[in-house]
Amino acid sequence: MSDMDHASIQGKMPVESVLLHLAQLRGDEQIVISNQSSARLWPRLSCHRLDFNYNPSTMGGAIPFAVGLALAQPEREVVVLSGDGSLLMSLGCLVTVVASGVTNLSVVLLDNRVYEVTGGQKTPASESDVDYAGLASAAGFPSVSRFADLGELQSRSEEIIAARGPRFLWLEVGPTPRDVFQDKHAPIAERLSSFQAAIRRGERR
Amino acid sequence: MFTGSEIVEILEQSGVTHVVWLPDSTLGPWESDLESSSKLRLIRVCREGEAWPLAAGLLVAGQAPIVMMQTTGLFESGDAMRNVLFDLRLPVFAVIGARNWLVTDSGDSARRFTEPIVQAWGLDCVLIGQPSDKPKLADHYQACVHARQAGIVLLAEESG
Repeated sequence: MSDMDHASIQGKMPVESVLLHLAQLRGDEQIVISNQSSARLWPRLSCHRLDFNYNPSTMGGAIPFAVGLALAQPEREVVVLSGDGSLLMSLGCLVTVVASGVTNLSVVLLDNRVYEVTGGQKTPASESDVDYAGLASAAGFPSVSRFADLGELQSRSEEIIAARGPRFLWLEVGPTPRDVFQDKHAPIAERLSSFQAAIRRGERR
Repeated sequence: MFTGSEIVEILEQSGVTHVVWLPDSTLGPWESDLESSSKLRLIRVCREGEAWPLAAGLLVAGQAPIVMMQTTGLFESGDAMRNVLFDLRLPVFAVIGARNWLVTDSGDSARRFTEPIVQAWGLDCVLIGQPSDKPKLADHYQACVHARQAGIVLLAEESG
């Protein structure tokens, strides 16, 4: 059984399809920070000068990192892809996002309900109905949405992108293909150096 | 040791753009001065582990942030700091309030572990232990900026 079939059976969106859709929506001046588990697929789907694959990172670090970028470059939209395990490590960062005043940030939660990088162990939220949308709303995000159906996500994407930020997009996704975790990447400091040069040059195609 | 206006003046003259902080009782009184500065932006985090990657994002995108927190926050945020300083190799600078440093007979374990923890991380650290040390803040910051390396100032506190 393929990962995609498995995802469909679980009633979750195939993570590859979700990320491919996000990659197709991506604006040319948009920064995308991918991080941990499901987001490790991103470098297979996108090769853009404003991508930064933030691995290895400290869990929970991608969202604050993206806040810093968004504060520093308010003319650009910043998208950060975070797993549920990472978000759970630092739920307070949702409050930090709103308090920072950024409006050019979208937090995309790829919720697969497990610690996938380490083999699929349960998180404290795996067997409960943690309402991430409710948490984001309570933190003050003006735009909050949740999708478990790919067709609905695709049909409503334009509306979500147009909404006032910061935005919180909760996506229930299936498992990541295991071979992604074998992908080799350049050392993170090298990749960061390229990314830094790209965002500081303000290159436009 | 520093007043809020002194800190603001030093940071402004040093070219700092953002202060990413979670204050303690020694750093806290600087809040209104930091907020009223037209050249500095104060960014509040909910936990110290957020401060390092947030400052990293600012730095990568061309700003000049510093991190402020207490030693307890430094301990709490060790992995975030490790990632930013040693994996990403970013020269983030921090002012760390050293809780109970000036209380020589203190039994505070935060005081006891401050020096060994700073040494274990290999941080380029300067201690400001008395008023005559105040110029060391700007000097160390500028030295770190010039060398493009991370650094911290340990600000000796009576309590925390």
